[in-house]
Amino acid sequence: MHFLPEQASNFAPEVDQLLFFLLIVSIFFTVVIFGAIFYFAVRYRRRSDYELPHSQHTGMALEIIWSVIPFGLTMIMFGWGASIFFRESRPPDDAMNINVVGKQWMWKLQHMEGQREINELHIPVGRPVRLTLTSEDVIHSFFVPAFRTKQDAVPGRYSTTWFTPTKTGKYHLFCAEYCGTRHSEMIGWIYVMEPEDYQNWLAGVNPKMTLAQNGEKLFQDLACSNCHKPDGTGRCPSLVGLYGKDVHLSGGGTVKADDGYIRESILHPASKVVSGYEPMMPTFQGIVTEEQVLQLVEYVKSLEAKPNAGSAAEGMSGAAPRNH
Amino acid sequence: MATAAVQEREHYLNASYGIKSWLLTKDHKRIGLLYLFTVTLFFFLGGAFATLIRIELISPQGGMVSSETYNKLFTMHGVAMVFFFLIPSIPATLGNFFLPMAIGARDLAFPKINLLSWYLLVVGGLLALFAMLAGGVDTGWTFYTPYSTTYSNSWVIATALGIFIAGFSSILTGLNFIVTVHRMRAPGMTWFRLPLFVWANYATSLIQVLGTPVIAVTIILLFCERVFHIGIFDPALGGDPVLFQHLFWFYSHPAVYIMVLPAMGVISELISTFSRKPVYGYSFVAASSLAIAVLGFLVWGHHLFVSTQSVYAGLVFSFLSYFVAIPSAIKVFNWTATLYKGSISYATPMLYAFGFIGLFTIGGLTGLFVASLGMDVHVTDTYFVIAHFHYIMVGGTIMAYLGGLHYYWPKMTGRMYPEGWAKLSALIIFLGFNLTFFPQFILGYLGMPRRYHVYPAEFQVLHVLSSAGASVLAVGYMMPMIYFIWSLKYGEVASSNPWGATGLEWQTPSPPPVHNFVEMPVVNHEAYDYSTVVEETHVG
Repeated sequence: MHFLPEQASNFAPEVDQLLFFLLIVSIFFTVVIFGAIFYFAVRYRRRSDYELPHSQHTGMALEIIWSVIPFGLTMIMFGWGASIFFRESRPPDDAMNINVVGKQWMWKLQHMEGQREINELHIPVGRPVRLTLTSEDVIHSFFVPAFRTKQDAVPGRYSTTWFTPTKTGKYHLFCAEYCGTRHSEMIGWIYVMEPEDYQNWLAGVNPKMTLAQNGEKLFQDLACSNCHKPDGTGRCPSLVGLYGKDVHLSGGGTVKADDGYIRESILHPASKVVSGYEPMMPTFQGIVTEEQVLQLVEYVKSLEAKPNAGSAAEGMSGAAPRNH
Repeated sequence: MATAAVQEREHYLNASYGIKSWLLTKDHKRIGLLYLFTVTLFFFLGGAFATLIRIELISPQGGMVSSETYNKLFTMHGVAMVFFFLIPSIPATLGNFFLPMAIGARDLAFPKINLLSWYLLVVGGLLALFAMLAGGVDTGWTFYTPYSTTYSNSWVIATALGIFIAGFSSILTGLNFIVTVHRMRAPGMTWFRLPLFVWANYATSLIQVLGTPVIAVTIILLFCERVFHIGIFDPALGGDPVLFQHLFWFYSHPAVYIMVLPAMGVISELISTFSRKPVYGYSFVAASSLAIAVLGFLVWGHHLFVSTQSVYAGLVFSFLSYFVAIPSAIKVFNWTATLYKGSISYATPMLYAFGFIGLFTIGGLTGLFVASLGMDVHVTDTYFVIAHFHYIMVGGTIMAYLGGLHYYWPKMTGRMYPEGWAKLSALIIFLGFNLTFFPQFILGYLGMPRRYHVYPAEFQVLHVLSSAGASVLAVGYMMPMIYFIWSLKYGEVASSNPWGATGLEWQTPSPPPVHNFVEMPVVNHEAYDYSTVVEETHVG
């Protein structure tokens, strides 16, 4: 029987090392406390009903020792755990993105190249993978024990996490946040593949369009392009080169145009109106699915202003992961 | 001759008879027994749900009940155990009975309000029971939104209102205890002469009064969204689902300390009495209760590390969570030091106290795991967390509750329980508990998520071990139930102070007279002064 799940990501050995530290400290204190109780209980067992032990009320030195030493140890635990967590929240810039949409009771996944999967995710070994997660209904949680990662997929917002798979194989994907009747069936598999096998897999699925191209088609079909003209002559602001930029809002204030802002502007257009424009855009809530919103976001990201192509990447690293 | 004396003497149990004398009583001792009866029913109800869960989990495919039923079972197990057993358990039974006696008072400050709070628990409990019988509720005891407000097709509102009403019982009990400790201490009973059981219940009362209104507000908001579709938590209505988690845990994390602080108070009494020494570091143990009560309000966000809460909020909540570990550690070290050069008796209550320290130590140390951010990301919402909090709530609170019941039973009923059977049950409970919950730590680290009806076959061995432990545990819990009832008629008659304990409650006959003391007690020594008690008690 195994006592540890497989170590299949860059974070897995780190979390296991933290586990060993925590276990050593815990076993030490358990042995000390259990040993002391057992020893005292035998050594000082009551020998006569009239026994009256000498009483000793307190010892300040002892109180300080057994407060300060454990406190120091807990601060190591805090720092160590915080350091892993902080890095988990900062995906590297070159990470490949996967969109994850939770829905009672399945995982829907989108590759940037346009491949879509349900309850299965194929990824290459050795390359950082960034997940952008959301939910269509209730809260779900994307949990891969072999990677030691978990991130809630919360309706109404995007969250992110990342990992680099380090070992090829087939690993459990679980929904870890209770989501209703068939919660325990909202499970799947992560397939970590050699890069060439992954390329073969991508080619084998062969979608007609990439995610951004799907988004572009939606952009036309939903008539977004009637108002959002690329040259800025439409009744609504141009979206070219928007991603990652600061947007000035009517009524003051600015907001960074990240994934969450674009999603909000599609579903709740009245909540943040661009300065100089009328709040005339209708809501697309109920018209587009979360998956389609993600495609539209991807299309907007792809609309880079020609002169300075670097702005989109800048915006990417500026988006606050985990913090919707 | 002793038997004849007990039968003739008037005490709180024989001063009046009939159902009305109980249902309209304002005597804190009788109300304590009413609570004991009520929470025992909910304990066995919650235990029955747990039994069904553990039977179902023997098989990975889950063939006995449907997923819908399984989800209702773990929800109702949590609701019954947390809100209707653990929260009222020690304060409302042992606290109600012994807090006034321990400070030399004739009753609580507001006897009628005390009775009202029992009725509130009963009404809330009946409403929750109605919801269970009518079809049950399937949201988990945590009622996370938007599942609970928009998606669940079960008795969410009736259950939540039951908890809402029971919450007022908790608030009023807390208020009553605070006023009683401030205003009704006997002459000479200064704050630093208070038994540590009183300090612990006082700290608990502060949490009950300050924290419970927040869950009441949260339930009202949940009601507004589910019934009137006012968007508060559901993003489809413009709400924020994570806001609910903040509000819920702002109460429910301190509620963990409502469950465990009184248990720590009981353990301080037991350790002192059965080693015949004052608790080592009395003022540190007393102050650590207050520290836990205050710090307990600052750590709720550690339930939200993967919930999309900001990274920086996560860092702060993890940091603060380690602060609350220190006062708990101080208590464990001081209890252990109390044993040094003591006169240690192995009476049943002491066995429960040993069990408590052992299990609470493991529960507390694994709390350090889940407070560590990088570790919690992996183990949150797995069986690791289930094991951790059962070590605290079952291994901690229920061990202390049973230890306290055995300790105070002679005072409450005037009868001794059968010592041999009681020792055996303490041993069975300790072993059964560890067999049930220790494998769950391993299950959780391996990745077994909580609230799973069907699960991958590779986890089956550990689940079967856990279920085997649960059956041992069930036997252990049935035994006290049987011999306590047996002892009411056949138990040996108890003296006024069978343990040679120091508190004022032991200086009055067993069972106590209606007004607790024959004459007004005056306190002229520190807490846990055994110098006079030993000679008085064991004259022959």
